[in-house]
Amino acid sequence: MAAAEDTIRAGAEAKAWDVERVREDFPVLSQTVNGKPLVYLDNAASAQVPRIVIERGAKYLREEHSNIHRGVHYLSQKATSAYEGAREKVKRFINAREARECIFVRGVTEGINLVMHGYGRKFVREGDEIVVSEMEHHSNLVPWQMLCEEKGARLRVIPMNDEGELVLDEFDGLLNERTKLVCVGHVSNSLGTVNPVKEIVARAHKQGVPVLVDGAQGAPHLKVDVQDLDCDFYAISGHKMFAPTGSGVLYGKAEWLEKMNPFIGGGSMIRTVTFERSTYAAIPDKFEAGTPAIASAIGLGAAIDYLNGIDREAAHAHERELLAYATERLTSIEGVRIIGTAREKASVLGFVIGDVHPHDVGTILDQEGIAIRAGHHCAQPVMQHFGVPATARASFAFYNTKEEVDRLVAAVQKVIEVFA
Amino acid sequence: MSELSELYQQVILDHNKKPRNFQKLEGANRTSEGFNPLCGDQLTVYMLMDEGVVRDLSFVGTGCAISKAAASMMTQAVKGKTREEAQVLFHEFHRMVTGELDEEAEENHLGRLKIFAGVRDYPARVKCASLAWHTMHAALEGAETATTENLGPGEVNP
Repeated sequence: MAAAEDTIRAGAEAKAWDVERVREDFPVLSQTVNGKPLVYLDNAASAQVPRIVIERGAKYLREEHSNIHRGVHYLSQKATSAYEGAREKVKRFINAREARECIFVRGVTEGINLVMHGYGRKFVREGDEIVVSEMEHHSNLVPWQMLCEEKGARLRVIPMNDEGELVLDEFDGLLNERTKLVCVGHVSNSLGTVNPVKEIVARAHKQGVPVLVDGAQGAPHLKVDVQDLDCDFYAISGHKMFAPTGSGVLYGKAEWLEKMNPFIGGGSMIRTVTFERSTYAAIPDKFEAGTPAIASAIGLGAAIDYLNGIDREAAHAHERELLAYATERLTSIEGVRIIGTAREKASVLGFVIGDVHPHDVGTILDQEGIAIRAGHHCAQPVMQHFGVPATARASFAFYNTKEEVDRLVAAVQKVIEVFA
Repeated sequence: MSELSELYQQVILDHNKKPRNFQKLEGANRTSEGFNPLCGDQLTVYMLMDEGVVRDLSFVGTGCAISKAAASMMTQAVKGKTREEAQVLFHEFHRMVTGELDEEAEENHLGRLKIFAGVRDYPARVKCASLAWHTMHAALEGAETATTENLGPGEVNP
């Protein structure tokens, strides 16, 4: 565990954020792309993985792999305790009351679909209403449209203003006795807006309506405390917080999870099975049919260890500094328009350059070794609001540097030259 | 920068800025919609087909520089061609941008369209160059829609 100790040491020293030291923890960052040092600014799509997470996954595969919750043999017990250990780490990371409230899923999309099937199909009836926001990722919109179509329910939308902030004054008017669930993102993946989810939860609860929070972009950038937020569901994708793909968590209050229908049927989620009927296991097993992504879940636990080992306050401050610096520098270039100018933002920066299509921006930046995302970011209604077909998006993690922002700015200027 | 200049050549930038045949075609007897569901690019191709010849051709739509320039140059290349000649161009163009046709070694009719050969080095952009061609092909076949959705796995989502 030398790497873990190193990390903790780095954290202790990190009063002033030592970004060069932190970068050494991420092997992928030291490569060149198209002959230039990689500048990885696509963290909102998927973040890179530190060495201790890679090593933890490799150790599991090398020494501990077996199926969980089944065998009575040595390896199965090893694997089970590593997997359940990761669940404990998740519980502490988000401050859930109990570990059984943390369901392992593939990611936020699966987590939200679990709630759609488990809660929505059981409790939503014809004429009921589901509230989403105008800035939701498709993963927190399409499942609810599918449910509404199936049930004859109605989708209501919290509007946003031209800064990319939710208009909360309109929210209260959307809540009524037919409202069955409010679904809102913690941080917008396309605009960077940090939504006031605690306030949203409080207002919804006043009307007796539960709230689901899409935490895909929240967990990497903010300290998440589900008890403080008092949300009923909170979904996380591990790969956006320095863990492998295939690791994710749906947090749900036990009282809801116990009342909900199971999602996927199969092994591990049952108590008894006969041809007449089956009864289901207690939570969390009820929602974890089949063999899960064991190595990924253990990797998520290791990523949480890593995050606990660094000074997260300083890390987040560094991200905010990068965002402010990049915003200022890009804004000063003629023809660049920032999409998403909310007062409260996480380090996600959407922009367009004149009428240059973002895919052309992405290709030219790639030639400079810079990875950004170009497209509609699975948020087509957001693009429609701002009247653009797509945007370019730079998203910063705590391992990015001001020099990388400078390279981004220089490459944006190159785009303008090419398309002059 | 040599690779980049190969993709964004002056001709392509010029067609992006001033696309040719970029309007609805009055009197068209075939119309086809092209859509790339992954990146949101969409265009409509208008065709006037008469006795097996593409008498006139135009397009409207939104997309990146590569897709717009490809559409613009497609309309110039196909206008006046017979159905069979247009088919041949479609297949040659598609084979070139997917790297199956060596436009310098193998005989072909691509001419100026060869400037799109560089796209094959950018797998994420192959669909941008080929969308207009798929849409034209659909119009040629009498279909109303074309999509890049069912292209091969090598032709990656941008």
